[in-house]
Amino acid sequence: MTEKTIEVDYLARVEGEGAMYVKMEEDKVVDLHFKIFEPPRFFEAFLRGRSYRDAPDITSRICGICPVAYQTSAVNAIEDAFGMTVSEPIRELRKLIYCGEWIESHALHVYMLHAPDFLGYESAIHMAPDFPEIVEQGLRLKKIGNDLLALIGGREIHPINPRTGGFFRAPTRAELDALVDDLQWAREAAVATTAWVARFDFADFEQNYEFVALSHPDEYAVVDGRIISNRGLDIAVQEWGDVFEERHVEWSNALHAVVKERGAFMTGPNARYSLGFEKLYPIAQRTARAAGLGPTCSNPFKSIIIRAVEMVQACEEALRIIDRYVAPESPFVDATPQAGEGHGASEAPRGICYHRYEFDADGVILDCQIVPPTSQNQLRIEEDLWNYVPQYAHLADDELQWQLEQAIRNYDPCISCATHFLNLTVERG
Amino acid sequence: MDPLVIGIGNSARGDDAVGLRVVEALGCSDLAVEHDGEPASLIALWEGRQEVVLVDAISSGERPGTVVEVDIGESELPAGLCHSTHALGPAEAAELARALGKLPPRIRLLGIEGADYSFGAGLSPEVEAAVDQVVRRVKEIIRPTAD
Repeated sequence: MTEKTIEVDYLARVEGEGAMYVKMEEDKVVDLHFKIFEPPRFFEAFLRGRSYRDAPDITSRICGICPVAYQTSAVNAIEDAFGMTVSEPIRELRKLIYCGEWIESHALHVYMLHAPDFLGYESAIHMAPDFPEIVEQGLRLKKIGNDLLALIGGREIHPINPRTGGFFRAPTRAELDALVDDLQWAREAAVATTAWVARFDFADFEQNYEFVALSHPDEYAVVDGRIISNRGLDIAVQEWGDVFEERHVEWSNALHAVVKERGAFMTGPNARYSLGFEKLYPIAQRTARAAGLGPTCSNPFKSIIIRAVEMVQACEEALRIIDRYVAPESPFVDATPQAGEGHGASEAPRGICYHRYEFDADGVILDCQIVPPTSQNQLRIEEDLWNYVPQYAHLADDELQWQLEQAIRNYDPCISCATHFLNLTVERG
Repeated sequence: MDPLVIGIGNSARGDDAVGLRVVEALGCSDLAVEHDGEPASLIALWEGRQEVVLVDAISSGERPGTVVEVDIGESELPAGLCHSTHALGPAEAAELARALGKLPPRIRLLGIEGADYSFGAGLSPEVEAAVDQVVRRVKEIIRPTAD
């Protein structure tokens, strides 16, 4: 029997670092782990004993790519615990800042992290000399997302303006109007991006996923909603712990989230799209159809097309919100702390970001749980790899590694969220 | 256009904050700004500038507090040199800009070797001790010339 080992110390083009280990005998996988190293539960420990006021700001620092997701899920949970509801204009602003995050995060992943896989480049830097206009288009799209985020958030990174109950300050009509030309350009660029990525070659790899996403009766859900799946799940966010659980596995510091009754599930672009296609704006639906997508998509490699479609959706959403914007009478509603538990979720670019907090009567955090999308997708990524390796087991090690890294990048894993640091080892036995 | 000093870092991540600390010591202004190292906005920020100084924490295996100066116009920055939890950081931004012909004519990195990047940690003493030296060097670089 031939045994073989491939070791890679650093998996490029993912947010943060971790490791993967594959052991093969002949062309058969006998062991496979997706590992995440940084000590778990760090932020949760850091938050205990602090005021609820600190939670949105501190959790936004977990990730530089999706700070709005953490802030939004945190304030949703706090408002749930304190029995607060925010006005529709405030909710509109939450949707608007989230559009900025989707645009910048998806532009980064589509252009800089994922496209090089399909075009055969080591990185966007290597791709740039051959595709300068494409790369510049990606940078401009990303910058427009950042600009939107900076305007509503007070600054680009770790926005300081969002707070429990709303925002410290609401933007003026004139400030928002100044973004319209750029957003109209971005919408067109996102349509063109979708057509461009749809022409890539995609592995024939349809999987039977349990898609899990937020759902809203009238919207392609982002800032809140019920949790649904294509296996009949339809629960309030407060019921998360009844249906899902986090399991510790010895090879990873990030916990694996699973559906208790069934195991691995997928959250993120493919899940949102497949469960929410009908809620996309017409321009996003048309763009998806023109790219050859049906109303559902079970091929994780095609997540790059869905991200481009979601950029169209986010630009259209932002333009509509700006068009009808009326500044809220008060940018926030006051919070009155009360003892109890609250739950919140929102759709980070990578999938559902779930938070749970327990407070005392003064609003001091007694306990909390933060479940980022990458730890929810962790087990699903492993199962994809188990199923994917056999198709490519005959390849030379470096080509096999390329394929496996691409299969991981389908999930745009944010390991700095889930924890930190990633390496890749393939052992052929 | 005036020279620009860009201090890069995350204030919550230990020694990663040193770039921000240097900008603070210089007195944050139009000439010295804080940034998180995100490539798209970094490239837009330095576009049109003739003289740019990036200040950032680095991980090169040197002794903590060691200051390294790299003329980015002359030599490439190794990927991953600048400390970043992101897939693309300042080094990648510089190389992307070079590939697209968007690198300022004069751009250099003042890198300070960090020791501890854990969440919630302050600056290490060795790194704090290097701040004055870096501030002096930045002032030398951006000092107005006779012409």
